Amino acid sequence: MFSILAAKAGSSKDNKTGSWCSVKKPKFLQKNCIGCGLCKLVCPEACIEGKEKNTYCPDYDYCKGCGLCAYICPKKDIEMVPATEEK
Amino acid sequence: MKKFLEGSQAVARAVKLAKPGVISAYPITPQTHIVEGLAQFVAEGELKSEFVNVESEHSAASVVLGAEASGVRSFTATSSQGLILMSEVLFNIAGMRLPVMLVCANRALSAPINIWNDHQDSITLRDSGWIQFYAENHQEAVDFILQGYRIGENPRIMLPVMVCIDGYILTHGMEVVDIPSQEQVDKFLPPYNPPYKLDVDNPLSLGLLGDPTVYMETRYAIQETLNDVLKLIPQVSSEFESIFGRRTLRLVETYKTDDAEVILVAMGSVAGTIKDVIDEERSKGKKIGLLKIVTYRPFPKEEVFNILKQASQVGVIEKAVSLGSDGPLYTEISALFSGEKGSPQISGFVAGLGGRDITKKTIQRVIELVKEKKASCIFMDLNKELLWEEFRV
Repeated sequence: MFSILAAKAGSSKDNKTGSWCSVKKPKFLQKNCIGCGLCKLVCPEACIEGKEKNTYCPDYDYCKGCGLCAYICPKKDIEMVPATEEK
Repeated sequence: MKKFLEGSQAVARAVKLAKPGVISAYPITPQTHIVEGLAQFVAEGELKSEFVNVESEHSAASVVLGAEASGVRSFTATSSQGLILMSEVLFNIAGMRLPVMLVCANRALSAPINIWNDHQDSITLRDSGWIQFYAENHQEAVDFILQGYRIGENPRIMLPVMVCIDGYILTHGMEVVDIPSQEQVDKFLPPYNPPYKLDVDNPLSLGLLGDPTVYMETRYAIQETLNDVLKLIPQVSSEFESIFGRRTLRLVETYKTDDAEVILVAMGSVAGTIKDVIDEERSKGKKIGLLKIVTYRPFPKEEVFNILKQASQVGVIEKAVSLGSDGPLYTEISALFSGEKGSPQISGFVAGLGGRDITKKTIQRVIELVKEKKASCIFMDLNKELLWEEFRV
């Protein structure tokens, strides 16, 4: 008898690990964003997408609320808000 | 072909016949001769295998884990401290369902440091999910390795196998042993063809995170598979017999138990000494028998129960103890009879720790003691002069 032993490549996308999010989550204000992309680069989950300024936002299905994006943002355009707040 | 060999050399020859693609081990007494023998075979081109030298047993176990995960038959051997240093990886090997073969040359655990034989090392790993066989002699060691590969690599089983052989008594003792031919072994043991493996053309992740929603099922699956192993062992053993002409791998072996009033229970090489004592006692008219546990994991509960239930007294002799409790084998056997009417009186004896000889006298004394009051954990052959109430140097 066997149970879960292996996973095929790419299957980590199926696991919506955003449910593990800590008490806070990032809120992208999209007001003073200069499109530097630092938030996207530092995100350990690689779940932030965006190209132009004021277009960046995280995929809450995978975001753990670590706060690195808010910490690195040179324009303080990302705020950490309670994880229970409406998306 | 019959040869007069040291146990370690016999084991090395059996492993060579199984043609593992990767061998990795770190030297430790009394196991070293096994991998020395294998290293020689590889160096002389007699065995085409990758022999990986490593810096510790933890790494040796990790190497065979990786080899097996990529679909290659592998082998490692160790003893004592080496085995418990491997222990983290050994649980992973079982959990990842990789049929690694490991020969444990049984040796006591530190402290005090002791290189001599007892079973504490492998018994400590009893909960790891590995199949465990305990050999009485060289022939059993050789045969258990070949059959162990066959059982572990069964695509419905996929579990690692530990063949336990008593350090020095078997590893360094010389005995006549029948080493099968390559043709016979090839007929019995097909090339390793696992149902899953790491393959760049078909990428797969093994050794995943198992959160509370999936972890219990993985453990239950191992538990159920080990129950299947109990049914598979007699089948593989019959097939082995049809090719090699002998039946050695069993769940348990009985010696003169049919009419026995007293049955002793033991594992490994000490069974030989006990059989001699039984012959002597029987010549005096005493009805004594032996139940030798060959397969310790999975534990053959039904067989053990059915053989022991007819006895008046049972004495479990073991070379390991769960400090603060009793001998593990005694505990398990006692549990089988819990709540059963007309159960035999079962007593537990810890003997031969750290290489102390278990002599005929030890066994005779056990036979006397089993007839007295039930006792759960009697240490045999203690030197009381070495036991003090206060610290001394």
